[in-house]
Amino acid sequence: MSAAPLPIPAVHLDRVSRVYGNFAALRNLSFSIPTGSSVVVLGENGAGKSTLLRILAGLVSATCGKVSIFGSAPREQPRRLAYMSHETMLYDELTALENLHYFAALQPSLLTPEQALREVGLDPALPRRLGEYSQGMRQRASLARVLLTQPDLLLLDEPFSNVDVASAQHIVHLLQRYVQTAPRTLILTTHQADLARPLAHTVITLKAGQLAP
Amino acid sequence: MKTFSKARIFGLIWFGATALVLTIGFYKAMTAPTEATMGNLYRVFFYHLPHTILSFVFPYLNCGASLLYLFWRNRNPTRALAADAFALASAELTVLYASIGLATGMLWGRAAWGIWWTWDARLTTYLLLWLLYVSYLLLRRFAAPGQTAVLAAVLAIFAAIDIPICFMSIRWWRTQHPAPVFGGGADSGIDPGMVSAVLWNMLAWAMWGALILGLRYAVERHRQTSEAAVGLDFVRDQAFSPALEAR
Amino acid sequence: MNYARHVLIHLRKDLRLEWRTKDSINGMLFFTLLVVVVFSLAFDPTAYPTIARQISGGLLWVALLFAAMTALNQSWAREVRNNVLDAQRLVSAPASALFVGKALSNLLFVSGVEVVLAPLFTIFYNLHPLGQTWLLLLILPLGTWALVVNGTFFAALSLRTRSRELMLPLVLFPISMPALLAMINATTNVLTGEFEPGLWIKLLLAYDIAFSTVCVLLFDTILHAD
Repeated sequence: MSAAPLPIPAVHLDRVSRVYGNFAALRNLSFSIPTGSSVVVLGENGAGKSTLLRILAGLVSATCGKVSIFGSAPREQPRRLAYMSHETMLYDELTALENLHYFAALQPSLLTPEQALREVGLDPALPRRLGEYSQGMRQRASLARVLLTQPDLLLLDEPFSNVDVASAQHIVHLLQRYVQTAPRTLILTTHQADLARPLAHTVITLKAGQLAP
Repeated sequence: MKTFSKARIFGLIWFGATALVLTIGFYKAMTAPTEATMGNLYRVFFYHLPHTILSFVFPYLNCGASLLYLFWRNRNPTRALAADAFALASAELTVLYASIGLATGMLWGRAAWGIWWTWDARLTTYLLLWLLYVSYLLLRRFAAPGQTAVLAAVLAIFAAIDIPICFMSIRWWRTQHPAPVFGGGADSGIDPGMVSAVLWNMLAWAMWGALILGLRYAVERHRQTSEAAVGLDFVRDQAFSPALEAR
Repeated sequence: MNYARHVLIHLRKDLRLEWRTKDSINGMLFFTLLVVVVFSLAFDPTAYPTIARQISGGLLWVALLFAAMTALNQSWAREVRNNVLDAQRLVSAPASALFVGKALSNLLFVSGVEVVLAPLFTIFYNLHPLGQTWLLLLILPLGTWALVVNGTFFAALSLRTRSRELMLPLVLFPISMPALLAMINATTNVLTGEFEPGLWIKLLLAYDIAFSTVCVLLFDTILHAD
C-alpha cells in the first residue's frame, strides 16, 4: 500500500529570479531535473546561463524563489556538487599536481590527485606549471579538480569555450563515461550545441532569463 | 496604501512639532544672556553641542541596523532590506550632523581661540568619526550592485568597534603629552540662563534628525522597491511581499 | 586541529606562489627603499639627530603602510585570476581558514620587508635609539599584524567593488587610525626614550585581538556576499 517515495530530484527550481540592480538575469524560472539525467543549457550571451549555474552551485543567491539541490539549499551539500567555469579555477604558478593536492586537502576527496589526473589523460609527473599548458590541457586539469570528490551533480559553465575541437571531443567523451558509471547528474551550458549533443538527455534553451519554448 | 497615508499624516504632525520646537530653540538661543568673553559669537555653541552629541548617537543606530540586516539577510529578505535602508539613512545623518558639528566647532574655535583647528583630543576623535562614515558612504557607492548592503553592514560593524578604541587612544595620546591648549566646550560649567536654551535646542535637533532619518528611510525604501519592480515587473507582488519564502 | 591544518595548507600555498613569482616582496622592498630616500629629502637626518628620532617612527610606519597596500592587493589578485576564488568558495573547508592563512602569509611578507628596512632606517637616518630597543621586537610584529589583519580583510571586501585597488586604502586607513597612532607612538617612545611605550603596546594588543576576532567571524559573510 505504501507507494514508493518520490525520488528527490537533483535540481528543483521554484519561481526563481535574480536581479542585478534593475537588470533581471533570471525571471521566474521553474523546472526540475531528475537525478541521473544530463541536461544541456543553450542560449545566447546574456541569456542567464551562467547565472543559472552559479545559483545552482550556491555562488550567487536567488533574489526570490526557491532553489533546492537534492532536496536542500545549494550550499548545504558541497560534497555532492562540483562547479567548473570556462576559466581553469586553478593557479597558473603551480603544476597540475600541486594544484590538485591543494584542493584535495581542502575537501574530502575520493580520488587521489594522481588518479584524477590520469582519469583526464594528463601525466601527473609533468613538471610544468599550469600557465605553460595548452588550453585543452588546462581545461582537462580543471576537470580533474572537479572529479576529485566524485560529485553526484556536475555543473559545467561553457567547458568548451577556449578549447579546440579535438580537446572538446575528448572532454565530451570523459563526461559521457563519468555519468554512465553511476546515476550522476550533469548540467552543462554551451553555445556550441553540436558538440554537446551526444551528452544531452534534455536540452533547455534560455532566452532573456526565461525558458524558451 | 492606508498605512502610507497614516505615515504621511504622522510625518506632517511631526514636522509641525519639530518646526515649533526649532523656533523655540532659536528664540532661547538668541535671548540667552550674552557670554562674558566671547560676546554674541558664542551662540553658535547652542547649535554645535546638539549636533556633536547626536552625531555620536546615529553611528550606533547604524550599527544596530547593520547587525539586524546580517541577521535577517537569509531569514527574511524584506525586513533585511528595510534594515539596510535604515542603516544607510543613519550613516548619512552621521555624516551630516558631524559635518555641521565640525563646521560650527571651527567657527567657535576661531572666535574663542583665534585658530580654526587644533589637534586636540576631541577634535581629532571627531574628525576620525567623520572620516569613518564618509568611507562607509564611499563603499556603498563603489560596491557592486546586489552586494552593497552586505559589505556596508560589515564595515558598519568595524566602524562601531573602532569608535570607542579611537576615543580612548586619542585621550591617552593627548593626556600623555603636555596638556592641550584648550579644555574645550561645556566642562567649565555654563550660566543657568543658558541651560534651557541648550535643552530646547537639543530636543529640537533630535526631532529634526528623526524627521530627516524617517524621510531618508522612506526614500531609500521607495528606491529599493522601484528598482526591483523595474527588473521584475511581472513578479512584483511576489518579490517584495512579506510572504516571500525565506531561502 | 583540523582548522590549524587547513590554515597551514593555505599558508603553504601562498608562500609557494610568492616564492615562484616574487611579485609582492620585490615590489614592497623597492617601494620602501624609495620612500626612505624621498623622506630624507624632507629633512636632514644627520644634522638633526633629535628630530630624526622624533619622526622616524612615523616615517617607518607610513612607509610600511603604503608598501603593505601593494602586497594586500596582490594577495587577492592571485585568487581572482582564473576565478580560483569560486573554487575556494565551494570547498568544504572553513572559509576563515583561507583568511587566516592569507593574513599570516602577508604578515610574513611585511615582516620580511621590515627586516631589511629597519637597518636601512638606522643607517640612512643615523638613528641612535635612546629607549629600550628590544621592545621593537614586540611593537613591530604587533603593529604589522594590526595592519595586515584588517588589510587582508578589507582587500577581500574591496574585491566586490568597482576600482578595488582604490577602495582598499579608503576603507582601511580610517579603521586603522587608532592602531597607527599606537604603533607610531610606541616606536617614537622607544627611539626617544622620553616616555614608556607600555600603554601603546597594550592598546595595540587590544586592537589586534578585537579586530582579529571580528575579521574571522565576518569573513564568511564577505566571501559569500553575493
